Amino acid sequence: MAGKEMMIKIGVLGLQGAVREHVHSIRESGAEAIVVKDKDQLAEIDGLILPGGESTTMRKLIDKYNFMESLKEFARSGKPMFGTCAGLILLAKNIIGYEHPHIGVMDVKVERNSFGRQKDSFEADIPIAGIADDFQAVFIRAPHIVQAGENVEILAKHNEKIVAAREGNILGCSFHPELTDDHRITAYFVNMAKEAKGN
Amino acid sequence: MKTGTDRVKRGMAEMQKGGVIMDVVNAEQAKIAEEAGAVAVMALERVPSDIRAAGGVARMADPRIVEEVMNAVSIPVMAKARIGHIVEARVLEAMGVDYIDESEVLTPADEEYHLNKNEYTVPFVCGCRDLGEAARRIGEGAAMLRTKGEPGTGNIVEAVRHIRKVNAQVRKVVGMHEDELMTEAKLLGAPYELLVEIKKLGRLPVVNFAAGGVATPADAALMMQLGADGVFVGSGIFKSENPAKFARAIVEATTHFQDYHLIAELSKELGAPMKGIEISTLAPEARMQERGW
Repeated sequence: MAGKEMMIKIGVLGLQGAVREHVHSIRESGAEAIVVKDKDQLAEIDGLILPGGESTTMRKLIDKYNFMESLKEFARSGKPMFGTCAGLILLAKNIIGYEHPHIGVMDVKVERNSFGRQKDSFEADIPIAGIADDFQAVFIRAPHIVQAGENVEILAKHNEKIVAAREGNILGCSFHPELTDDHRITAYFVNMAKEAKGN
Repeated sequence: MKTGTDRVKRGMAEMQKGGVIMDVVNAEQAKIAEEAGAVAVMALERVPSDIRAAGGVARMADPRIVEEVMNAVSIPVMAKARIGHIVEARVLEAMGVDYIDESEVLTPADEEYHLNKNEYTVPFVCGCRDLGEAARRIGEGAAMLRTKGEPGTGNIVEAVRHIRKVNAQVRKVVGMHEDELMTEAKLLGAPYELLVEIKKLGRLPVVNFAAGGVATPADAALMMQLGADGVFVGSGIFKSENPAKFARAIVEATTHFQDYHLIAELSKELGAPMKGIEISTLAPEARMQERGW
């Protein structure tokens, strides 16, 4: 019986970016969604999505009110985190051209805006290992993963560039699953949260 | 692989939500804006209040300024083209500008027709005062909207009028019976198909930012409370006494627009904001919001 206590609750970091779309996608995937604007809300969720937006802006807002340490602690606790586009940049341990990472909990090196400026932004159908054969991926001034550590599972590539990967409880992708009606990656993440909660 | 699709163009604006887009006139200002947490900058030759003061014909900025700003920051760079000026828009697109504002702040090049924005790879933002105007711009291919407000005045009253009007009209369409939409489309001067889409979605199909008169952190938070997806700040920031502090305060007030204790803190000792202009003292021909059709 799926009682209320069994319901998985996913937070979306709501400082800036495509928050509403992720909330919609989470609900479509059968989980409860909340917008996280305050670090105290992290205690009540089973997983956290870092949405697309401007990573530099989100970083400035994370640095206020000591949010950063709480986000690192959340990742260490084993609860799943999923970063899309700017969210992936926030998760990466290495960012080309930057001395320090942001949250820095995923063993990957990323390059910002690596497909070019907005006029080069595109959509393409790509296979994602274990999730979809034909995922309609929307890339907007997207980053990509230049290098992945040995414990990182590569889930998708586009034109030889790594665009989706998972390392344990951390999931990241270059594109924006929240901009389409295809909720398969979000459902995969909700399932990660369900498994983490079960253990 | 497809570029320039509606999803890619509108999606770009979705990523700007909850953020502040700041007018800048050089690389130094662009860096201050980025450092303060702006989600994008608008590269201009002059901010609206200076355009107002200078008079004459206002055109697309010198490409050198746009280029300088593009090289200075990693956040998206927008630039303005005159209403209906196909070549200014194509030049900005060729330069790789991330978003073009077909803007009433500049002197219109065409007093009858706006750009056919569907034909471009680069996305466009356009101003609107009501749902008819908003829907016509979306019909032409605008991937993002903003209120017109009254640019360069530092007076929020017109932006408030415009966001309330658009949102009230959206609510009306959403609540209407389908049988009534064609007549509503006729009355608004809006494409029928867009009203059908708005009714289905329960909102506009593109994001709608506030612009035209935002001068303080409280103004920015007010526009967010009235349902804006984000805020453009034109003359307000770099006409204030301490631009860096002012810019940071506007960014934070936009994110935490319902945290009044925080907004009180942010608003302390910001120095004098731009002086501002009472709208009724503007001659009708000086009202930029009347430009556009």
